[in-house]
Amino acid sequence: MERHVIAVLVANVSGVLSRVSGMFTRRGFNIDSLTVGETESSDFSRITVSFHGDSAVQEQVVKQLAKLHDVKEVEVLRPEETVSRELLLVKVKNDSETRQDILAAANVYRAKIIDYSLEALCCEITGETSKVEAFIELMKPFGILEMCRTGLVALERGCNCLKTK
Amino acid sequence: MKISGARIIMETLIEQGVDVVFGYPGGQVINIFDELYRYQDRIHHVLTAHEQGASHAADGYARATGKVGVVIATSGPGATNLVTGIATAHLDSVPLVAITGNVPCSLIGRDSFQEVDIMGVTMPITKHNFIVKDVTKLADTLRLAFRIAKSGRPGPVLIDIPKDVQVNTCEYSPEPAVQADEKPVASDEKLLAVAKLLGEAKRPYIYCGGGVLTASATQEVLKLAQKLDAPIGCSMMGISAIPTSHPLFLGMQGMHGHYASSMAEHEADLILAVGARFSDRATGNTKKFAPNAKIVHIDIDGAELQKNVPVYLGIEGDIKDAVDRLAEMVSEQTLPEWQERIRELREIEKTAPQSGKTLTPYRIIDIMSEITDEDTIVTTDVGQHQMWTAQRYPFEKPRTFLSSGGLGTMGFGMGAAIGAQMATGRRVVLVTGDGSFGMNLNELATAVTNRIPMVIVIMNNGVLGMVRQWQTLFFQKHYSNTTLARQTDFVKLAEAFGAVGMRAADPKAFEEAFRMAFTMDGPVVIDCLIDEDEFVLPMLPPGGSMDDVITEIKEE
Repeated sequence: MERHVIAVLVANVSGVLSRVSGMFTRRGFNIDSLTVGETESSDFSRITVSFHGDSAVQEQVVKQLAKLHDVKEVEVLRPEETVSRELLLVKVKNDSETRQDILAAANVYRAKIIDYSLEALCCEITGETSKVEAFIELMKPFGILEMCRTGLVALERGCNCLKTK
Repeated sequence: MKISGARIIMETLIEQGVDVVFGYPGGQVINIFDELYRYQDRIHHVLTAHEQGASHAADGYARATGKVGVVIATSGPGATNLVTGIATAHLDSVPLVAITGNVPCSLIGRDSFQEVDIMGVTMPITKHNFIVKDVTKLADTLRLAFRIAKSGRPGPVLIDIPKDVQVNTCEYSPEPAVQADEKPVASDEKLLAVAKLLGEAKRPYIYCGGGVLTASATQEVLKLAQKLDAPIGCSMMGISAIPTSHPLFLGMQGMHGHYASSMAEHEADLILAVGARFSDRATGNTKKFAPNAKIVHIDIDGAELQKNVPVYLGIEGDIKDAVDRLAEMVSEQTLPEWQERIRELREIEKTAPQSGKTLTPYRIIDIMSEITDEDTIVTTDVGQHQMWTAQRYPFEKPRTFLSSGGLGTMGFGMGAAIGAQMATGRRVVLVTGDGSFGMNLNELATAVTNRIPMVIVIMNNGVLGMVRQWQTLFFQKHYSNTTLARQTDFVKLAEAFGAVGMRAADPKAFEEAFRMAFTMDGPVVIDCLIDEDEFVLPMLPPGGSMDDVITEIKEE
């Protein structure tokens, strides 16, 4: 089961997120992450969905999404032709014994420390999913208090753009 | 001139060529019904007993004609009562516009009286849905709803209109009726590849679905089949697309399909599926389905290709055009060996054992079909009687068999028959069971009020026969809750509703009753007493293929 990432350009209208996410639920496809935001035009939002499945699942996801009236374009983003990022905020237990190790790790991963208190410190890291997940693994032994991920955003490399026809 | 939202609804419906709507009034559609009162010379509103009946009636209207059916209901329970009807239309790709009222915009989200988020509820069972919160967008939204409902693969669209939007006014200017979107066109390259495969095939089989009816592609399919000398089968939704009397037609295939049709499909080396979707009831176990066949699939909905079974070649396109072009591409041929095998299969089918009872389901249908004509519309409910009708009744003309295929909605037939009769003016027959009839028999009131010439044939076996059949075969005869043991007298019930009721326990009585019923101008109920252990055969057991088909039941 591979991971697939697709970009979906949708009309920026109420209910559109329910329609898109509902299609996944209804047909038994599992979403790994879903992000949504307005595009350069306020008429459209762009949704990035990552999910796992074989090629038949990917084909059905794309076709079923394309059938929705509010969906204007769907594109499969192939890993080799795509730049992708996600952002993680992670709050880690802060004590005098581990502090230096956490800061060193954060430095190597180019994570930013965005909040600091005597009991906890909060790191922000941006990168591809694999980097974010590696950083989470690294933080686990220090004691993750809570964390929050944005999910994936992705654009195709080069000048190709997802536009309505 | 400024007019109210409620009046805009009337004007837009008239624009779209609507002259009959089905529905039920209520608090949040009172303004719409006030306009229906004013527009009664142009829009005939058929009041049903229950919103579900109205939704099935709009569906039957659409199935019988291909036009968009319209149903109107109030907010809350009125809207939720439409849900089964909308889902039924969705699964069978029926063009429907459902209009619901809702509480005023200012009360939305406060759990107001009779408020329900019907847009949320119906999202997975509509092709699209809307809530209109601005009266200036109402006319265009209604137009778009009609366009979506009838474009491509048709389907139901719901528009939720809060009460204040019905009251508010704005400028309105009429527009011509919306046209369906351009249909996708199958590529020449792919069609040539199919033509080549068809030319090479030794045992081709054409499998028609409901899409053949939607696309009015009967003649095109027949032309192709005749040139190829290929047998034709159909899914339940495809019934009536091909005349039963056509020599190449083998009838319905699938779980309860004709033996020859399902077997020919099983043995085929090439299946050309046209407007069908390989439902589990049509294929049985997909891993064992048609093991020797390359499957070629043509459908207007590209998402159906590769959805349920892997296909060798999938083509998205308008069926009528694609099959027509395909028929031009193939050469005329004969397939004597394959036709010989088909003859053998038909022989085996003919010698299948029949129950020795006098008033059998098949006997009922045979008598009916001697009295009805080719234009008679037959609707059914869901269960054994539906399968017997699908198997046995000789449908000759498109859109004469109306039945809930995908959703399998018991209680569909009563409303559908009323809608189909209203749409065509033709006499209709509802074949139902005592279980299914019990679901929506309240619509008998509607049929009486509107003097609908319809004959309701109840195959009354006192049990929920289809489930009982499964219990007999796979659940050690544990007849859990399938023996109805009701004391309902359907003759008296019909009379109480103001209809005519008759009872038949033998073929002669049934023939007399049906013949008389067929001359009357209102609804007639014929209660036919049949045996509780009649089976629908053949039958594919769950998870099975044609290798496991059950063709007779051995009495213990």
